[in-house]
Amino acid sequence: MSARWKAAALVAPLLLFLLAVFVAPIGAFLLRAVQEQDVAPVLPRTVAALSDWDGAALPGDAAFAALAEDLREARARDQETSAGAVARAAARLNADWPGFRSLLPMTARRIVAAEGPPRDALLSISEDWGTPLPWGAIRRAGGPVSDFNLLAVLDLKRDAAGDIAAAPAGEAIFRSVLWRTLWIGGLATLICLAIGYPLAWLMATAPPRWVPWLVAGVMLPFWTSLIVRTAAWMVLLQREGVVNAALQALRITAEPLPLLFNRGAVLLAMVHILLPFMVLPIYGSLRALDWRLPRAAMSLGASPLRSFLRVSLPLSMPGVGAGCLLVFIQALGFYVTPALLGGANDQMVPYFVAFYASRTVNWGMAAALSVLLLVAVALVVALYGRLVGFGKVRTA
Amino acid sequence: MLRRGMGAMLALGAVLLATGGAHAQGGSGRDLTVVSWGGAYQDAQRDIFFRPFQQDTGSRLLEETWDGGVGVLRAKIQSGANNWDVVQVESEELLIGCEEGLFEKMDWSAIGGKERFISSAVSECGVGNILYSFILAYDKARTPTGPANWAEFFDTQKFPGKRGLRRGPKATLEIALLADGVAPGEVYKVLGTNAGVDRAFRKLDSIKGDLIWWERGSQPAQLLASGEVVATVGYNGRITAANQGDGRDFGISWTNNLFTLDSWVVMKGTPNKNKALQFINFVTQPARQAELPPRIPYGPTAKGAQDGLSPAVLANLPTEPKNAEGSLQISDQFWLDNLDKLNQRFNTWVAR
Repeated sequence: MSARWKAAALVAPLLLFLLAVFVAPIGAFLLRAVQEQDVAPVLPRTVAALSDWDGAALPGDAAFAALAEDLREARARDQETSAGAVARAAARLNADWPGFRSLLPMTARRIVAAEGPPRDALLSISEDWGTPLPWGAIRRAGGPVSDFNLLAVLDLKRDAAGDIAAAPAGEAIFRSVLWRTLWIGGLATLICLAIGYPLAWLMATAPPRWVPWLVAGVMLPFWTSLIVRTAAWMVLLQREGVVNAALQALRITAEPLPLLFNRGAVLLAMVHILLPFMVLPIYGSLRALDWRLPRAAMSLGASPLRSFLRVSLPLSMPGVGAGCLLVFIQALGFYVTPALLGGANDQMVPYFVAFYASRTVNWGMAAALSVLLLVAVALVVALYGRLVGFGKVRTA
Repeated sequence: MLRRGMGAMLALGAVLLATGGAHAQGGSGRDLTVVSWGGAYQDAQRDIFFRPFQQDTGSRLLEETWDGGVGVLRAKIQSGANNWDVVQVESEELLIGCEEGLFEKMDWSAIGGKERFISSAVSECGVGNILYSFILAYDKARTPTGPANWAEFFDTQKFPGKRGLRRGPKATLEIALLADGVAPGEVYKVLGTNAGVDRAFRKLDSIKGDLIWWERGSQPAQLLASGEVVATVGYNGRITAANQGDGRDFGISWTNNLFTLDSWVVMKGTPNKNKALQFINFVTQPARQAELPPRIPYGPTAKGAQDGLSPAVLANLPTEPKNAEGSLQISDQFWLDNLDKLNQRFNTWVAR
């Protein structure tokens, strides 16, 4: 039994804990982005019959017969168990081809009593079965996995022939939402840096008896919940809020300014909330800085600015890097603040994750958007590692 | 709408209303369990419907509270241990649940026949319970004569300032078409075509810069009260409640309001089916229903229920004949089919 094994045994509980409550549930959730579980159990024969269909013309009689039989069985099973399987399959298919939400249950209800050849029976129930579109949707959702949701969050979709094509302009949204998320996150990070660095410098160079007060001032926002702070900004910024009232009382503005529900309000609150995450790492690395070095630079003739740029700043870079990374990654996940303070075009990826998860109960899309966000974060972190190197990240 | 409306819904859980004594849980011996939306609304229901029912019939009634969602009902039935008997559902749950066989078919003969109710309250599995509307609201304290109809809602010349709309295509697209001059009876026919959807979005485009989007039913009254918007779409009950409870002076334009209903349903396979129907019959008697509007302005569904109401109460009801004139029932069938597509389109449009 080597020391290494003993060490591993000591860490094992933590690893198992992380695995059970972190990695496994998140992994299972992300998997839902590609899983197709709703259609195949309801329409197994139809999915099989469509497997060698070319997707252009109508499928053959075998597919019609399979669909009729599948629906009769699924309906009988639903009646017995009230599982709502047909309805769930219809909901999934409706995301691909609008109209399925009523077409499938209606067909299932009427096919039970229908007579004659399946093709005629189905066509008499709805002419929609006479076009390739619903059939294509069934085949695409036949599973067990598909790229439907992952393509959708990239504003792509598969056409009838199975080739990837761009979504119509009126429905393409997620690429621009992703860029917006990165842009707002980057902007919030830069503003935090611009305010946070001087603040950290002030804290690191202030007389010792001031330091506790300055640190307390930076830490104060931590003691209030994020939602409360966001709501407080709403009260301050609204049309008849404190800020507008003060501006008008001072006769700076005549009319109330529209301060709420725009990008500025979102950034203001985000910077307020994220600032400590920027200040503290920078403060840490400035505290660890050997102040004799900039002094030596100046005694050798460097101007204060030159000494800062060539000596102090490079030495504090680990703190800056850590702060920027912390702030940026958190900013990408902001949901409540843009939802409450932003307008319609200030919403970021997390808003749409919540939209699909809780409003439309479309877990596949929620998971696919989460994958998108996760990949974006991973790329940014990788880029950072490539350009700056993780060895330099130190949180003091 | 009530799900967002009624605030603290977790409060009740299961409250035993009748006086003491042990009772058998589960099986055929269990008491009638009625499920509603909680909050101030269920408080009113308790006083007006639940307690009198117990006193009249000498039987006991259990109350529960829920937050909506057909998945909850599905899980109840599938588990095989369903303990709910009568549930107040929104129109969409009524449609889906009936299709999926989660509810008993309504036995109209046991509750006095279909002709006892207004026609929009009658469906295969449920009977309408209350009727409520999306209306146009404004603050009389700021604009004494606000927009009188949806066309004026879109008129930023006559009424400069921001407008509040519910974030989402449902109700919003109907309102845009009504404002564009489409007759209420034609709205879903027009919206069923791509050209009609384009037309609705074009109309919304004309005031896009002046729109503020709300998501929760409590927000329209707040937006009006804080002066953030000059007019907004809202639920009629919320706006009247702000007038009565918070001393506001909000005006309502009923022209072409969009209405929908909540319904009572009987859960499939309940051992208390007869008692459930007895309960529904009791609470839908016109005289009973007439007691709710003075407390909360939702329209009754039994014919004759509002005959004896005072003009002051009637004026706030979506079922008052003058208010109901030209109103449009929100089509659940249409939205069931088209919500996915129009959500996508709406989200794309709104974010541009």
